[in-house]
Amino acid sequence: MSKVNITINGKPYEAEAGKTILEVARENNIYIPTLCYLEGVNQYGGCRLCMVEVETNGRPMRNLQAACMIKISDGMSIKTNTERVRKARKVNLELLLSCHPKDCLNCNRSLDCELQTLARRMNITERRFEGESKDIPLDISAVMTRDMSKCVNCRRCVAMCNNIQKIGVLNAQKRGFKTIIQPSFGKHIADTDCTNCGQCISVCPVGALRETDAIAPVIAAIEDPKKYVIAQIAPAVRVGIGEPFGMPSGTVATGKMVAALRQLNFDEVFDVNFGADLTIMEEGTEFLQRAKAALTGGEAVLPMMTSCSPGWIKFIEHRYPELLPNLSSCKSPHMMQGAVTKTYYAEKLGKDPKDIYLVSIMPCTAKKFEIIRPEMNENGVRDVDAVLTTRELANMIKQAGIDFVNLPDEDFDPVMGLSTGAADIFGVTGGVMEAALRTVYELVTGREIPSDNLHVHPLGDSDQIKVASLTFENVLPEYKFLEGFTARVAVTSGFDGAAQVMEMVKAGENFQFIEVMGCPGGCIVGGGQPRGVRSEKWAARKAGIYSIDEGKKLRKSHENPDIIKLYKEFLGEPCGHKSHELLHTHYTARGKYNELIGKK
Amino acid sequence: MSEVAKNPSVAKEEMRADYEKLANVIDLYSGKEGCLIQVLHAAQEIFGYLPFEVQKYVADNMGFSVSYVSSVSSFYSFFSTTPRTKHDVKVCLGTACYVRGGKLLIEKLQEILGIGVGEATADNVFSIHVTRCVGACGLAPVVVVDDDVYKQVKPGDIAGILDQYRGK
Repeated sequence: MSKVNITINGKPYEAEAGKTILEVARENNIYIPTLCYLEGVNQYGGCRLCMVEVETNGRPMRNLQAACMIKISDGMSIKTNTERVRKARKVNLELLLSCHPKDCLNCNRSLDCELQTLARRMNITERRFEGESKDIPLDISAVMTRDMSKCVNCRRCVAMCNNIQKIGVLNAQKRGFKTIIQPSFGKHIADTDCTNCGQCISVCPVGALRETDAIAPVIAAIEDPKKYVIAQIAPAVRVGIGEPFGMPSGTVATGKMVAALRQLNFDEVFDVNFGADLTIMEEGTEFLQRAKAALTGGEAVLPMMTSCSPGWIKFIEHRYPELLPNLSSCKSPHMMQGAVTKTYYAEKLGKDPKDIYLVSIMPCTAKKFEIIRPEMNENGVRDVDAVLTTRELANMIKQAGIDFVNLPDEDFDPVMGLSTGAADIFGVTGGVMEAALRTVYELVTGREIPSDNLHVHPLGDSDQIKVASLTFENVLPEYKFLEGFTARVAVTSGFDGAAQVMEMVKAGENFQFIEVMGCPGGCIVGGGQPRGVRSEKWAARKAGIYSIDEGKKLRKSHENPDIIKLYKEFLGEPCGHKSHELLHTHYTARGKYNELIGKK
Repeated sequence: MSEVAKNPSVAKEEMRADYEKLANVIDLYSGKEGCLIQVLHAAQEIFGYLPFEVQKYVADNMGFSVSYVSSVSSFYSFFSTTPRTKHDVKVCLGTACYVRGGKLLIEKLQEILGIGVGEATADNVFSIHVTRCVGACGLAPVVVVDDDVYKQVKPGDIAGILDQYRGK
């Protein structure tokens, strides 16, 4: 990379050519305010809050420039902190605020709002401009609440939905003051092909996009003396929950989280990792059954695709309904665990399943839709009753006045609290595949998977699409059909990658097993996780997850003694009759415009 | 034409010919970037307006999401999502027409027809639209009815202009 010399506020800096003024300023700890800009997501110079004075070749540019858009050039001189700059930024922000609701005290983003933070930082103490207010009704789905009267038209969600996830449900409709970010023809988000991934929510700087609150019903259940309220926590939550309390990204806060849930008066706290181990038993077995059929002349649909990510499920139902038979019939881990809780565990407790209220704590917004799918119940009892995102749990903990950071660590409750390292890595792209391969390889050969510390490279990398091969040699007698067979597996995350892999499948690419997670990077940067710059959060949280896996004695799902016990006492065998009843599901062909719903 | 065959659910039988025309237009622009506006113009010519089904068809056959297509169609005031009336009355409110009294013409039209801007009369004969500069500033203020341009219009001329179209 060639270097150029510039000066910022009179001080010389050497920086890489091709970078923007904003990037170079940030690298050198020079603060320039931004609102619409979001690293790796959105860069279009709309909010005009990052204005700076620029001089090139000794000549000042006449107008102030947006630092997020202008690339540096040799000899450029930039001023970020003149009265002219400060005034212009302030007026631009005041104009933005002039038509923003005056409702900060009642907004769920208060103290966590980028607009509010900017207003304070720019020392705005009066409302000089009285703009027209927007009176737009809320659009509420089971997953998200869109309050477009609070929208500042930064278009981060549009960039996320169109350029990164490539779904394109949200776009700027109309123009000028009437501009509104919404689906075409003002449709409700629930009536579109939105996957519910929630990535739009995770980039919204203000209170315009948020998950639909499940805190109130959960508290009502806790307060109801008839209800036995159980929490179950997904793998990715434990490396995100510390952040809202000031802990560094990726801090493993499992013990504090369990302790906090007990202080919130949940009757028991389980680990969805248990459900993840269970999923591997079922999904691994299903894969071997399909492979056996395919390799011994029978009929089987391959490649098999994972089914843990409800955003991905909705994506394939809308975009690739013809590939639904490729999906594993396994419910996602928390739904499996829900079904087991409301049957096996209810029996153990001696309770009517109707009196058990099960709350999943998830890094995910799409799970809020998954639990209301009509097929997700046993005899009229829902598998899971409520889903709280990591952010919602943090809010509940704060509201209860719990000193999270100083909580002593506590352990999960037994029965569904023990898990292997294979389950932890479910939270990261490549993790489900790696966990499955750890078990499948050992079931087939009787030996541990021959790879680096049980990790299957490059499946856990940050690349969009990753492919690996695994050859089965010296197999056990009952898996003779796999002797010498090389399985090709693919892993992707985000819907752009998913669409590319689906096109490869349709073109006949030779894969046997595919893992897809709806959010780019996997659940650790899911739509329900604390907000922030994705690439930084991803690396730190992944390191956290991998450290849990590598620190565990048991790292393969089939070694989990409580899973073995569950099969012995209740389920029988993986993919057996009871499993099919409780742990497996079916899907709905929807079509891009929901035109296939109800059609046979 | 093959495009229509690919989308039987979209192309309703009675509108088959219209969709075939649109398919030809899309074919013409296929592979070229930045042609969405031209295609939407053509679509509005063919169908008279741009209902959801038509925008969906354009989206699916040009590789866009329908919300992107509607973001473009809803940005420009020339595109309409409601059926056309028999006669569209467009009043230019570009700078030249505005300063020479375009606004008064709108008021007069609203008074005579009893409808607001963007609305249609109950008999679906007239609708009032505002346009921004038709490129005839020397003739300001300008009123355009269908494809006929009226120059230097005064509020008193409006009733006479409308009468020419009644019963047509």
